[in-house]
Amino acid sequence: MNLNRRDFLKITGASAAGAAILGLGLDLKPIKSHAQTLKIRYAKETTSICCYCAVGCGMICSTGEAGAGKIINIEGDPDHPVNEGALCSKGASMSQLVNNDARITAPMYRAPNSTKWQKVSWDWALWTIAKRIKKSRDASFEQKNAKGQVVNRTNGIASVGSAALDNEECWLIQGLMRSLGLVYIEHQARI
Amino acid sequence: MTNHWIDIQNSDCILIMGSNAAENHPISFKWVTEAMKRGGKLISVDPRFTRTSSKADFYAALRSGTDIAFLGGMIKHILDDDKYFKEYVAEYTNASFIVADSYDFKDGLFSGYDPKKKKYDKSKWAFVKDEKGISKRDLTLQDPRCVFQLLKKQYIRYDLDTVSAVTGTPKEDLQTVYEMYSATGQQGKAGTIMYAMGWTQHTVGVQNIRSMAIIQLLLGNMGVAGGGVNALRGESNVQGSTDHCLLFHILPGYLKTPSASLPTLTDYNNKFTPKTNDPLSANWWGNYPKYSVSLLKSYFGDKATKANDFGYSWLPKLEDGKTYSWLDIFDVMYKGEFTGFFAWGQNPAASGANANKTRQALTKLDWMVNVNLFDNETGSFWKGPGMDPKKIKTEVFMLPCATSVEKEGSITNSGRWMQWRYKAANPPGEALPDGQILMRLGKAVQHLYKKDQNAVFPDPILNLKWDYSTHGEFDPHKMAKEINGYFLKDMTIKGVNYKKGDLVPSFAFLQADGSTSSGNWLYCNSYTSKGNMSARRVREKSGIGLNLGWAWCWPVNRRIIYNRASVDKYGKPWDKEHPVIAWDPNAKDGKGSWVGDVPDGGWPPMLNADGTPNPKTKYPFIMKPEGHAHVFGPGLADGPFPEHYEPIECPVEKNLFSSQLVNPVAPTYDTKMDIYRSCDPKYPFVGTTYRVSEHWQTGVMTRWQPWLLEAEPQLFVEMSKELGKLKGINNGDKVIVESARGKVEAVAVVTIRLRPFQIGGNTVHQIGLPWHYGWVHPKNGGDSANLLTPSTGDPNTRIPETKAFMVNVRKV
Repeated sequence: MNLNRRDFLKITGASAAGAAILGLGLDLKPIKSHAQTLKIRYAKETTSICCYCAVGCGMICSTGEAGAGKIINIEGDPDHPVNEGALCSKGASMSQLVNNDARITAPMYRAPNSTKWQKVSWDWALWTIAKRIKKSRDASFEQKNAKGQVVNRTNGIASVGSAALDNEECWLIQGLMRSLGLVYIEHQARI
Repeated sequence: MTNHWIDIQNSDCILIMGSNAAENHPISFKWVTEAMKRGGKLISVDPRFTRTSSKADFYAALRSGTDIAFLGGMIKHILDDDKYFKEYVAEYTNASFIVADSYDFKDGLFSGYDPKKKKYDKSKWAFVKDEKGISKRDLTLQDPRCVFQLLKKQYIRYDLDTVSAVTGTPKEDLQTVYEMYSATGQQGKAGTIMYAMGWTQHTVGVQNIRSMAIIQLLLGNMGVAGGGVNALRGESNVQGSTDHCLLFHILPGYLKTPSASLPTLTDYNNKFTPKTNDPLSANWWGNYPKYSVSLLKSYFGDKATKANDFGYSWLPKLEDGKTYSWLDIFDVMYKGEFTGFFAWGQNPAASGANANKTRQALTKLDWMVNVNLFDNETGSFWKGPGMDPKKIKTEVFMLPCATSVEKEGSITNSGRWMQWRYKAANPPGEALPDGQILMRLGKAVQHLYKKDQNAVFPDPILNLKWDYSTHGEFDPHKMAKEINGYFLKDMTIKGVNYKKGDLVPSFAFLQADGSTSSGNWLYCNSYTSKGNMSARRVREKSGIGLNLGWAWCWPVNRRIIYNRASVDKYGKPWDKEHPVIAWDPNAKDGKGSWVGDVPDGGWPPMLNADGTPNPKTKYPFIMKPEGHAHVFGPGLADGPFPEHYEPIECPVEKNLFSSQLVNPVAPTYDTKMDIYRSCDPKYPFVGTTYRVSEHWQTGVMTRWQPWLLEAEPQLFVEMSKELGKLKGINNGDKVIVESARGKVEAVAVVTIRLRPFQIGGNTVHQIGLPWHYGWVHPKNGGDSANLLTPSTGDPNTRIPETKAFMVNVRKV
């Protein structure tokens, strides 16, 4: 029988988690063994790809409460052909990126000349931004250039980002910005 | 990457130069180590002895900004010692092409230079054509005007003495690297290059890479397993975001952004569709109109019709000859010409060159939208060092987004693998996936334009197809399918019936008449009737590591591009042990077929089994109009051959190769915040920037994690023991690093990893520092190293020169 580590864990199952760990030659303290049991027994596992560099390492996210709760662990995916379970220091710390008290959890607004942020609603933020876009675009829109050539562009708004977004989101950004007439569209690949 | 991560294991010699892969792409080393276990050699070339160097069979130091001198010496070595792969060079590259008499090179300048415009007239660098309009070739490579002979002439000056005096690399080290690497010119041997920003972030960035591409072509290392030119890309989806062209000069799939001089779609397609008279050249870009029309159909859906040029006039047009790049954006913003700005998942106040200029530029805006996970130096610029919020008018909207595990979608790794990710949890609080923010914002803007009778040119906004939601939520599957593309009417192609609404199986089926859509032709084949190809999880059991059943790779799942150069003219692999593809003459009932990787086109090999030419074949480099790889590159802004020039800020008064000190076409800027200083005693040391394993980019996604911050808590600057002694600086001292543009405080790391260079008889010191820090968090962790770097860059790409600049360092 040809088993990889993941199959091994699947077969030995939750009740034999301690034995599985011993079988891997690790000397884990009882508290850690308990954490391992919890993950396997109650968590939902979801595959992902690391959000840092472009090696594209596979990850397994374990989400508590059968997938409805918080992410309780992120580790390398042993089945992934590129990283075969390994992660670097950043990838291995990814659960601290997700579960982090410093994250922004509501839209924030800073008024002109103000010294502080204020919390605002999504509706207010997005409608206000839409109005700002329209005002800037319409005021700066150039249908013809100095030579009389049709250019249909705005020189008043620029956009940067982002290589941190998914492909589908990148397509949306460039589609939206080009429909507005932006020519100043750039992102991380330029720097 | 032309190849991919796992393929590194097949290499006989790995050169890591312009990158510190062990530190910054740590898992890549799994495959470097595997190659070494199999007998492969590792060479590290870097100004600093890095974690990569510590694993290498051989390490050589060079001064930042002298890579072309180093590699030019290698080209000379390969030619002088007959190390090149003759058949490959003659048959598959343009080494045999005859160059027009108008081409010349004198004392650092190519012909066609206009000193007033700081531009070349590239028409001077053309090939000579025969009466049929096909480029003339001399397959013996003896004609004095053939590329091969011009290459020899170009690098005759790059002898060991001169190269060593420029780079600071000892002659014997140069010799060792040249011999180790050029041994891969033997048939069946493969050498690879792993490079990153250490090569791109220079005023000669593109030509650094061109130098290596020429070496790879001379040694027959392109298209083969364990070979290629491999850019190690630094962001999880920077490959995908580049493919989808969040860049001013290109539209999705590397189509060109239209310009003012091209008023109609026909003008546009004619301009960018290359032509060839050579029946043996596939000239793949000849399909350009199919891709551009299919893209317009994705942008504007049913509103794009033949009668309205598929909405071509709705696309914004660039001014001909003007650039709109990153450096230009912050220059224009600094001059107060923008009112609005989006910084989406990006922190320009810390990430771009000359960060002080960027930060000042942000104060000139009326409004800014910053979408991020955490507070950062861009969103909060108005309360940063030296800012008085009460005097800053900019309105800022900071929008919270989801992390990668709180949404679904795909990303594309450096090896061009598109991989699907699933949602594992909900984002915290009110945070939303970026896709959802974009959909809602787009709808709001469309609504405002719909209800305003006097809106300025609302057509492109109202006609934008914006239907990528399901039950009010952004649906990445809908978008991924549109990127792949649909048949828009019932049609029969090659005897197969397709219905309106079917997904297009691959880009070979796309049409120029509006009957297909495709948001990005390169991704056509990624989401088909067989399903979401990027979600596949079948691992290869044996073979060279292609993993054709794992995820999906552009183009058309081809894992090693240019792979038709990995075989001889009969279709037999040069390397029998690591075949990428091979021609099986018995397959398909004796018609023959390629086996292995998805070939670069299915055409048969150049020769039949009996040695007669096969008229149905195509040359292997199918993306070039001539079908041959470019040893001579006539399309670049700064010359068809790489030539050493000093960085814009450099420690020497003379370039030992010519009287051109710096790249004659490199861009510079002219605001009062654009200051450049060479050979200024106030800034006597070469500076460079780099990264550490524990942080990422500007640190927004790593500075907030306790584990990572504990490992790398603050900005440091590395310097040699000799420099430490000279400046009275000890390990652990607080120091100021200063350039003509800005300064940062850092902790000194006095180390033997950096050593002084002997440059033309003088001692030159170099320092280096990571650029991951910023004033927002952690407190007293230091600020961005980009406060030091200059606004200048490569003339082709405008990537800033942040890897070589001049600084001073002193004790606080």
